Amino acid sequence: MSYIKAENLVKHYGTGDGLVEAVRGISFEIEEGEFVAVMGESGSGKSTLLSMMGALNTPTEGNFLVDDIEIYNLSRDQRADFRREFLGFVFQSFNLIPYLTLAENVMLPLVTIKARSKTKKAMAEEALDRVGLGDMVDRLPSQISGGEQERVAVARAIVNNPPILLADEPTGNLDSKTSGDLMGLLKNLNAEGMTIIMVTHSEESARTARRILKIEDGYLTDEERLIGEAASVRSGKNPVAVDKSA
Amino acid sequence: MNLKDIAFLNLRRRKAKAAFLLAGLLIGVTTVVALMSLVETMREDITDKLDKFGANILIVPKTENLSLTYGGLSLGGVSFEMEEIYESQLEKISTIRNAANVAALGPVALGVVEINEKKVLLSGMDFEATRTLKPWWKIQGDMPEGDQVILGAEAALSLGLDVGDTFTASGRDLTVTGIIEATGSQDDQLIFTPLATAQSMLGMEGRVSMAEVAALCKDCPIEEMVRQISEIVPSGKVMGIQSVVKGRMETLAHFQRLTLGVSAVVILVGSLVVLVTMMGSVRERTREIGIFRAIGFRRSHIIRIVLLEAAIVSALAGLLGYIGGIGTTAAALPFFTESADIAVHFDPVLAGGAIIMSILLGLTASTYPALLAAKLDPNEALRAL
Repeated sequence: MSYIKAENLVKHYGTGDGLVEAVRGISFEIEEGEFVAVMGESGSGKSTLLSMMGALNTPTEGNFLVDDIEIYNLSRDQRADFRREFLGFVFQSFNLIPYLTLAENVMLPLVTIKARSKTKKAMAEEALDRVGLGDMVDRLPSQISGGEQERVAVARAIVNNPPILLADEPTGNLDSKTSGDLMGLLKNLNAEGMTIIMVTHSEESARTARRILKIEDGYLTDEERLIGEAASVRSGKNPVAVDKSA
Repeated sequence: MNLKDIAFLNLRRRKAKAAFLLAGLLIGVTTVVALMSLVETMREDITDKLDKFGANILIVPKTENLSLTYGGLSLGGVSFEMEEIYESQLEKISTIRNAANVAALGPVALGVVEINEKKVLLSGMDFEATRTLKPWWKIQGDMPEGDQVILGAEAALSLGLDVGDTFTASGRDLTVTGIIEATGSQDDQLIFTPLATAQSMLGMEGRVSMAEVAALCKDCPIEEMVRQISEIVPSGKVMGIQSVVKGRMETLAHFQRLTLGVSAVVILVGSLVVLVTMMGSVRERTREIGIFRAIGFRRSHIIRIVLLEAAIVSALAGLLGYIGGIGTTAAALPFFTESADIAVHFDPVLAGGAIIMSILLGLTASTYPALLAAKLDPNEALRAL
């Protein structure tokens, strides 16, 4: 049984003439500890797919399971708990809270858990240390660079050691060197056993992953498995997608 | 770090917004506190002044005859068949349930004496009680003791007596110690002596003609006191002076209605200020709320953050509003009363009430924005995902 399983996920927005079919029936499975990149052009549906994987966007049809838990059968509060326990998010635009220090931003996922303040602070400092910002804990987001902000976002995503990390265009706002550093960081986290699913349109970033899912016009059109330097390509894995596009 | 810290940090970060919210509530609380404390202080002042108007309960002997006097004009003899009031009965008034409301009890022994061949009404009084019962008296001279008298202004003129003069009445030598300045009442025509002296001269030992009671009825129904005194003095007819009582009550009621009306308007405006400010704050923080939700905050956590912020600002507004309100009252009081000795004092009930009212107001007005914030779709809020 796979750790993450998407079964014929469909997401429509609007109705009638305004109907937008963002995701048109996507199925895939991800094993524990995998590093998967989801690639596609703007508007292809990859971000919608990630939001459904993040328990943030209820699919119009289909099932999404993590560790055998049917996510969209959970109540809203249970889904919030699921996000806190299972997921770490890294957003494209960092999404740090401007009035909180770096340590406080990183501590956010710990706010609603029962632990002593000292413990929470130590966990946040450790996470910042892991991303190489251990000496900037008291700074505000406005006092650091974009690359550093993205690393703070990673620290916030991993502070409570979630098993899954979801990253949405994490290198979208970074230069190539900073992007490389960030990808190295994600690779290390994956090497430590964290399952990573990253949405990107950057071929270079996607190559850091071990598997690439390609999305086009709401369909999963291609899957590429990368093993070390070599790559194996399997096209048209998703029969639903292939059938619909045909 | 916990939810409270987030609320505090957000307020600290968004000082202008917090200050606006604080100002909205502060003006409301200050106005309400100022109005309430002003009315309360005025009420005390008015009650105090009204109480100084003298007796508001009269105890006269029971009689089946109707009065034959009108407007000071007597149309009949003094042929009343009336019961007598005994001093011993009056002493029991101190045992009634509302005895604490009795400010003064003034027994009066009335009788006619002849001075220099003129008939004059002699009134025996307890001059200690008279200070409360007839506070408007201005005496040129001293209060009488023993065989001494003070004279009403017209009586002094008519009898040709002055302070220090001595005269004889009913076989007793009496000395004038003072003259009461004209009051415009029947008192101007009387002579006054201590109760015991009058009783002795009139042969009324142990008995009185009537009694006046000054009841402090700010917090008690005068009818109830009348009933209680009637039980104690069965031979007396006890009457509340309704015009005084009703006047007091109506004045107070007008003030209270005005305060309630203005307070309601101010509270409504304050609530709208809080509502609009908090709605703006929630809209401004849509993305932030989306982040909170995405990283595992429940809807109840978002509600708690918004309400905590409102509660912190409201509590501060309540405290400052109370201080501001009391200050405003102290500053405004000279324009509303001429009493020099009246002062605004700390009222823990009003202080506590102001803080609680402010918090309740802030929380109530913030409930809808808090629910709105909690209902935000995290996916919509973030947009990035």
